[in-house]
Amino acid sequence: MDPGVARPVEGTIRTKLTQALQPDHLEVLNESHMHAVPPGSESHFRVLVVSTHFEGLPLLQRHRLVNEALREELSSRIHALAIQAKTPEQWRSDPTLAKSPQCRGGSKHDSTVIPGAPQVLGFSIWEMERKELEPLCMCR
Amino acid sequence: MNKIFRLTATSLRAMTSLYRSNQNNGQFLYISPRRMCTAENHNSLAEMVKKDRVVVFMKGTPQQPMCGFSNAVVQILRMHGVNNYAAYNVLEDQDLRQGVKTFSNWPTIPQVFFNGEFVGGCDILLQMHQSGDLVEELEKLGIRSALLDKEKESK
Repeated sequence: MDPGVARPVEGTIRTKLTQALQPDHLEVLNESHMHAVPPGSESHFRVLVVSTHFEGLPLLQRHRLVNEALREELSSRIHALAIQAKTPEQWRSDPTLAKSPQCRGGSKHDSTVIPGAPQVLGFSIWEMERKELEPLCMCR
Repeated sequence: MNKIFRLTATSLRAMTSLYRSNQNNGQFLYISPRRMCTAENHNSLAEMVKKDRVVVFMKGTPQQPMCGFSNAVVQILRMHGVNNYAAYNVLEDQDLRQGVKTFSNWPTIPQVFFNGEFVGGCDILLQMHQSGDLVEELEKLGIRSALLDKEKESK
């Protein structure tokens, strides 16, 4: 099966971000499997965009550019979008992809994500980079 | 006259579930949102984000976040010793949930406001924390980050 057909939302994200921002580097990760949604969902994404369009712009404006490019998807199909928006120079000095925090199961309480979705629980302890944060353990 | 009654009723409804809770050494203000009439939504939100120096719209509460990204915001603020902030749980009110997205022209939750100004979501707050910018921004609000004291102790 053509992967583009199997993952239409991911394909659209790539196309729209490429058209809008002409990125030097682009990564689109479907992180839906990390959340309380059915297998095969395309609801939660992380994007890393490296583009000269971001030069001179503060973080908020960079993220707004990404949001604007994906406005239609964000109002309908995408429930969560984690964004890293770097200039080519920033990417060269720090070519790392950030990690998303662990799900707290919010989607299972949220009928706007997948109406009538079966409950899939994915609680775990989340560690941040400096490990100074107390891990929050979620009980059912 | 009817408009006055409606506005009064809306305000009263918004205030009925106010309570303060102690969290660690500080206090945070958790406000249970009530359904807001769309017509007054924008004005209400404008007031809400200005009432407190730090305002967070999130899923769940600071005591029990219901989303990893909302939890991240809570954790970051806690790291900096910021416990006295207003937190609004959008899962309790779909009007609020949609209203804040329209208000800030930002499609996702959580949303963080400093002195009435939209700062960003989890990603931005995390990057501000990592770069040290968050300490500076908190200082502008008159809040001394707990990390400054920690650094001092370790020297």
